Amino acid sequence: MKCQKCGKENANTHIKTIINGDYKEYILCGECAKEMGYNNFFADMENDFSTLLGSFFGNTLPARSQATHCPTCGSTYYDIADSGKVGCADCYTTFIDLLMPSIRRIHGNTTHCGKKSFADRNSKERIDVEGVSKDKQNNNRSKIADLKAQLNQAVEIQNFEEAAKLRDEIKSLEDNNG
Amino acid sequence: MDNFGNVNKMDNNVVISTRIRLARNLKDYPFPCRLNETGMNEVNEKIRDALLQGNSAIAKDFQYIDFEDMSDTMKVSLVEKHLVSPEFISNTKGRALLLLNDGTVGIMLNEEDHIRLQIIEKGFCLEKTYDLADKIDTLLDEHLSFAFDEKLGYLTQCPTNIGTGMRASVMLHLPALKKSGAMNMLAGNLNKLGLTIRGTYGEGTASEGAIYQLSNQVSLGISEKAAIENLKNVTIQLVNQEVKQRETLVKSIETKDTVMRSLGLLKNACLMTHKEAVNLLSNVRFGICAGLIKDVDLEKINDLITEIQPATLMTALNKHLSPKDRDIKRADYIREKLK
Repeated sequence: MKCQKCGKENANTHIKTIINGDYKEYILCGECAKEMGYNNFFADMENDFSTLLGSFFGNTLPARSQATHCPTCGSTYYDIADSGKVGCADCYTTFIDLLMPSIRRIHGNTTHCGKKSFADRNSKERIDVEGVSKDKQNNNRSKIADLKAQLNQAVEIQNFEEAAKLRDEIKSLEDNNG
Repeated sequence: MDNFGNVNKMDNNVVISTRIRLARNLKDYPFPCRLNETGMNEVNEKIRDALLQGNSAIAKDFQYIDFEDMSDTMKVSLVEKHLVSPEFISNTKGRALLLLNDGTVGIMLNEEDHIRLQIIEKGFCLEKTYDLADKIDTLLDEHLSFAFDEKLGYLTQCPTNIGTGMRASVMLHLPALKKSGAMNMLAGNLNKLGLTIRGTYGEGTASEGAIYQLSNQVSLGISEKAAIENLKNVTIQLVNQEVKQRETLVKSIETKDTVMRSLGLLKNACLMTHKEAVNLLSNVRFGICAGLIKDVDLEKINDLITEIQPATLMTALNKHLSPKDRDIKRADYIREKLK
């Protein structure tokens, strides 16, 4: 097949674009593709993704005038919502109330369970020399959160038998914890 | 012979590779989007020193690569091998990579997060791959202070990754499910299970040669172990579905014809675009798994799928080629391998 643009060279590049819902297809030769800026397929991705992620926060944008700045990195919530990128670890403390609805929407959960960094483990002296957690109650809590996540999934796919089993397991763990 | 330890053969027919990615950040520096070049360089040095100067056995096998010194072809080749993300090479300022010599472990520095640890293994081995990721993470954790919050877990630049910071994924070859038209329906159902299925190079890319990536979507409120277990169970179900569909598919003479023609083209063609090659290799891969082709090694086809990508091919041949020359060299390369 000949290139759509120059009509001379053989086409070897097939480009499909959807920009704001507008679908276009091009069959081009290498040279014409390069001319149209399609020689580096990855160049535009960063921008596209940040816009996409920015929309996660779209609904809760506060007015720019009353902006609070993160004391560590200087980000405002507007910066975060606009780029989809959080500025630093402390932003999560500064803007937690504003971020929480989005976090809940993305993950369906709000509490971490799983591996803990030494940064956290050391400060609370939860581990002994072998790195085994002494805090059994904490272990149970993370297990309960796990089971609850599984329970939500089971309900979602209408596996009620499994859901009932999980509910009982959660209840017995919660009773143990007091 | 089973090349993948205790994993059974049926899984390997469908699961090409397993990948684990962990996102981590240093507590004392802003995330990369708010970090200037000096800061980035400091972060690079800290992480490099933490890994290389630790007393662990694995440290001596890592090499530190500054991305600003690397050719464009080589950068794209790393993307094609899934060792770094497309985003990582779009802007290399202040970015670096710690790469394990055998190419299975890559640690991207100052990509979306300060640390993106990524491990790729052949076949279906989620637990084993996670164990290695966990070990390297613990090693880094011993020497660095990570941004971690008791309630939100590991803190990341993008809130989609907070919690475990883990993305576990398997690369699947699903020619029969694709042909049956089940993929679109499947994508919706997987979403409900906290999983996502995408084209070969991750977000926003199309599937070539019926190769898909299945991964966990949720990282907060579910432990690494539970997320992996969930992914594993769904993968096994998909494998079973695919195998069942293949049984029907393999009986038709049309399928056999497509498979054998594909092998014929790969063995004889003199010009081969990447897209054509991937689709033909996909057909041949299916043919080997289904027992229609007996004298070609599955492993060889898996390798070829990686090796014939434009930038990887040019890196292997060590020269930049025009698209047409590339198609010639690609056809040569494949013919030689399948001799």
